[in-house]
Amino acid sequence: MSVPDRSGTGDVRTGALPVLLPFVRPQARAARLRPVHLWLLAGLALVSLPAWAQGGAAAPSPLAVVIKWAPLLLTGFAFNVAISLMAMAIGTGAGIGLGLAMLAEGRVLPRLAWCVTQVFRNVPWLVLLFFVMFLVPFQITVFGVRVPLPDWVKATFGFSLPVMANVAEIVRGAVRSVPNTQWEAAESLAFTRRQTMWRIILPQCAKRMLPPWMNVYALIAMATVQASIVGVTEMLTLTAQVHAAEGGRSELFAPLYGFALLCFFLYCYPIDRFTAALERRFETR
Amino acid sequence: MIATIQAWFQQLYETTGFNFTIFYDPYDWDRYVAGLRMTLFLGISTILMSLVIGAVGALLQSGPSRVLRALVNGFVVVFRNTPPLVQIFFFYFGLGTLLPDIRAADGLRVPILDNVQWAIIALSLFAGAFNVEIFRSGIEAVPRTTIEAAEALGYTRFKAYRHVVLPLALRVCLPALNNNLINLLKTTTLAYAIAVPETLYAVKQIWSESQNVLEMMLVLLATYAVLVGVLVWIMHRWERALRIPGYGR
Repeated sequence: MSVPDRSGTGDVRTGALPVLLPFVRPQARAARLRPVHLWLLAGLALVSLPAWAQGGAAAPSPLAVVIKWAPLLLTGFAFNVAISLMAMAIGTGAGIGLGLAMLAEGRVLPRLAWCVTQVFRNVPWLVLLFFVMFLVPFQITVFGVRVPLPDWVKATFGFSLPVMANVAEIVRGAVRSVPNTQWEAAESLAFTRRQTMWRIILPQCAKRMLPPWMNVYALIAMATVQASIVGVTEMLTLTAQVHAAEGGRSELFAPLYGFALLCFFLYCYPIDRFTAALERRFETR
Repeated sequence: MIATIQAWFQQLYETTGFNFTIFYDPYDWDRYVAGLRMTLFLGISTILMSLVIGAVGALLQSGPSRVLRALVNGFVVVFRNTPPLVQIFFFYFGLGTLLPDIRAADGLRVPILDNVQWAIIALSLFAGAFNVEIFRSGIEAVPRTTIEAAEALGYTRFKAYRHVVLPLALRVCLPALNNNLINLLKTTTLAYAIAVPETLYAVKQIWSESQNVLEMMLVLLATYAVLVGVLVWIMHRWERALRIPGYGR
C-alpha cells in the first residue's frame, strides 16, 4: 500500500516536495588568518615577551632557551617531515592498489579490500602504530641477508597503514564520482576495462583526488609526533630532552611546546590554504 | 556461564598458547573494563563539550563583533593546523604547571586540574575547532530566502534562528559532523601520552605484565572497531531520523 499523494504536486517518497527545493550548496569560506590576527599577536607579544625575556641571574630566560636549542629542535622537525613524506609515498602507492581492488570485478577481492580499508580507517592511528612497533620484528632475514629495521622505519610503516586506507577511500570515491556515461562511451569505443580505468577514468579523477589527498598529508604530518610515544626520537622527544637538559624548570614547558606548535602551524597552515584554494578552483569548473 | 567462558579461555591458553588473560583473570578483566569505561567517559564528555564549543563559536563567527570574530577565527585556524598531541602536552605540561596548586585534605599539594580533565579540555578544543567550521558551513548553506520568508511570517531574529535556520543547518552538516566525532573518538587514545588510564593504557599494562602482546593487540583492535562501529550506527540512525524528504541530496 503506497501513501496517496494528497497535494497532487509531487511524489512524497522520491522527495520532490514543492516547498523545500534541493539547494545548491554555496561555497563555505574556510577560516583563515587576516591582518587583524597580526595585531592580536603583536598585543600578546607586547604583554608576554618582557616576562619571558627577563630571567634571573642564574637561569636563562625561556626565550633564550628556545633560541639556543632551536637548531636541534628544527632537525627533529625535519625528521618528522621526512617520516611523513615517506609514509605518504608508501601509503599512496598501496592505497591506490587497495582502492582499485575495491573497484575490481569479482566477489572476493572487492569484499576483502573493503574489509581491510574499513579496519585501517576505523582503528586509531596510535593503536596502529603500537601494532606495528610491537609485532614487526626489529630485523628481518631476506635470502640469508639480515636487514635491520630501526624504530623509525617501523614507525614510517605504521603511519603508512592509515594513509593507505584513506587514500583507498579517496580513489574509490573519485572513481565513483565519474559519470557512468564515461564508462559506457569507453565501452562503445571497444576499450577494455583496464584500458578504460587507466586511460579514461583515472586521469579524470586525479584532479578530484588532489585536495583530499593533501588533506590526508596534513593529517599525517601532524600525526608523526605520535612516534615519540613509542620511542622514536623526533621533535617531541627532543623537546622533552631539551627541557630536562635545561634543569626541568616548569616554566619552560609552555615556551618549548609552544615552539613545537609554531613549527607545525607554519608547515601545515600553508598546506591547508593551498588545499582550500585548489578545492575552490576545481569546483568552479 | 561466566565460569564456562573462563574455563574455555583457560583451556585455549593451555592447548594453543593464545593467552587472552582478560577473559579468565578477573584482575585483568577489571583493568580492561576500567579502561573501557574511561575511554567512554572521555569520548562522551569531549563529544558534548566540542559540540557546545562548535555551536558557540559558529554563533560568534556570524555575530556583529569584529574582535570576537577574529578571535574565533584565530582559534579555529590554530587548532586545526597543529598536532593534537602537542596541544595536549602544551595544555597539560605548559599551562598545567603555570596554574597554582591547591592543598588537598591530607596536606598534599595537588594541581587544580588533573590529567583526565586536561585531556578532556585539550581534546574538546581540538574537535571544537573543527565543529565551528562545520556548523558555520551548515548555517551558511541555509538559503537567504528561507530566512527572509521566516521574517515575512513574523519570526524574530532569534526565533527564526532557533526554529528555521538551526534545524536546517543541522541536517546539512550532519555528515561532516559524523566524520569529526568519529575522529574525535579515535583521538582520545592520545590521552595515553599523559597517563590517562583509558583502554590503550590499560591494555598496554596488561600486555607488559602477562606477556601477551599479540592477543591484547587483537582485543584492542576489536574494541576500537566495535566502539567506532557503534558510534557510526548511532549517528547514521540519527541522520535518517532527521531526514526531511526533498531537502538536500
